[in-house]
Amino acid sequence: MTISQMNFFQRMWYILQRYSGSLLNGAATTMIIAIVCTLFGCIIGFAVGLVQTTEPKKGSGIIKKSLLKIVKWILDAYVEIFRGTPMMLQAAFIYYGMAQLFNINLSMWSAAILIVSINTGAYMAETVRGGILSIDKGQTEGAKAIGMNHVQTMMRVILPQALRNIMPQIGNNLIINIKDTCVLSIIGTVELFFTFKSISGALYTYFEAATVTMIIYFILTFTCSRILRWIENKMDGPANFDLATSDTLAFTSGMTKYNKTTGGTH
Amino acid sequence: MEELLKVEHLVKSFGTNNVLKDIDFSVNKGDVISIIGSSGSGKSTLLRCINMLEDATGGNIYFHGKNVLKGEVNEDNYRTKVGMVFQSFNLFNNLDVLENCIVGQTCVLKRKKDEAKQIALEYLSKVGMSQYINAKPRQLSGGQKQRVAIARALAMSPEILLFDEPTSALDPEMVGEVLDVMKTLASSGMTMLVVTHEMAFARDVSNRVIFMADGRIEEDGKPMDVFNNPKKERTKEFLSRFLSDKKQA
Repeated sequence: MTISQMNFFQRMWYILQRYSGSLLNGAATTMIIAIVCTLFGCIIGFAVGLVQTTEPKKGSGIIKKSLLKIVKWILDAYVEIFRGTPMMLQAAFIYYGMAQLFNINLSMWSAAILIVSINTGAYMAETVRGGILSIDKGQTEGAKAIGMNHVQTMMRVILPQALRNIMPQIGNNLIINIKDTCVLSIIGTVELFFTFKSISGALYTYFEAATVTMIIYFILTFTCSRILRWIENKMDGPANFDLATSDTLAFTSGMTKYNKTTGGTH
Repeated sequence: MEELLKVEHLVKSFGTNNVLKDIDFSVNKGDVISIIGSSGSGKSTLLRCINMLEDATGGNIYFHGKNVLKGEVNEDNYRTKVGMVFQSFNLFNNLDVLENCIVGQTCVLKRKKDEAKQIALEYLSKVGMSQYINAKPRQLSGGQKQRVAIARALAMSPEILLFDEPTSALDPEMVGEVLDVMKTLASSGMTMLVVTHEMAFARDVSNRVIFMADGRIEEDGKPMDVFNNPKKERTKEFLSRFLSDKKQA
């Protein structure tokens, strides 16, 4: 039976059988790029967001103040440019620009990761900034009142809370990245969308290949969003807490042991 | 008597609004001072200026004779010695009760984890919260939160504690538990500066009462004198209004 004699489902089955290896490879590439770049993007986003929410110290000199201003301006420009232009063009711009201007030929992987990370970082920077601003000012004052400096306040108090608040947004970014890696096909990255183009080009079965690839994309994104939801719930911690007591008779009723000398329940 | 803190010609304005106008007073070691006055008289702003959460517009604040506003003391270092308890508690929401009392000790005072834990547990038991060391702030009542906040401040071994209306955000039945902790603290010799609307506390527990109105200190003296023989008309007005309000309630 030739392809033209098959019905819709037979064609899909045929594609799955014949190209399962390429499809899996493409899906794996897509996922690796999406996950790695979301992580890098978060790191960039946190760094940028932190700088942008830093206020100059009262006593600091004019040089420090203007330096901070310049850095903030550069970061603002970065965020605006990378949020304001299509990633497909950014990919072409960076990939071919590097080759032409600096004679650097990026490998498929490094190009893909560089581009998507920078792009995600620009979005995350705004998210992190919003996350930090959303934390009640009292938290900062509480930390300052016991002598914490800006970095300590951020690391111990503000960022952990901001991270929890922006987890949905990070998950959103991961899902967007899974789908948006498809624009990397412009620089020849062999990910899921590239695989789709190869299959449909070889068999002339656009509809069936598109259906199969869409289903794979959906499985990837849906699984990720469920996992992220689970992580969010984990981050909230248990809804209940154990009362600590040194009364041994109370242990049977579910109370945890409270050790008077060493302290704590562990 | 050893002078701990001295406030001199302190001025604070938000734009054209002068909230503090030439505040002068000093705090000796062991003093328990209540600051009373109507809302908007600048009581909280005064505390926040002392703790440098607000930048004073003018004047000087001396801690052990060193001018903190002129940078003669490291700001963060100074804040560990001048603890603050807030009206809205400001416990760290991401940490449990025990961690709330440990984090400052380990990361600011560089105490060892075990030592910090010991100290935290000691103060948590003093405020009667040792059962709740595993709880997150959101799982506690207002009074419990405030007691943890006091333990957190105490764990930093401060030389003076500032209380910014510590019971104003609490339900009436929880005010007592927090005031009890503060009374015990006062009798243990802790130096305290308390902005409060609890007149009974001001009269019975503190050894000095400062009455503020319109950004100025109107009266400063022993509780007996301020409550029974107020010198200024404004103090009389405030006290009579306050006492009659209480009677109606």
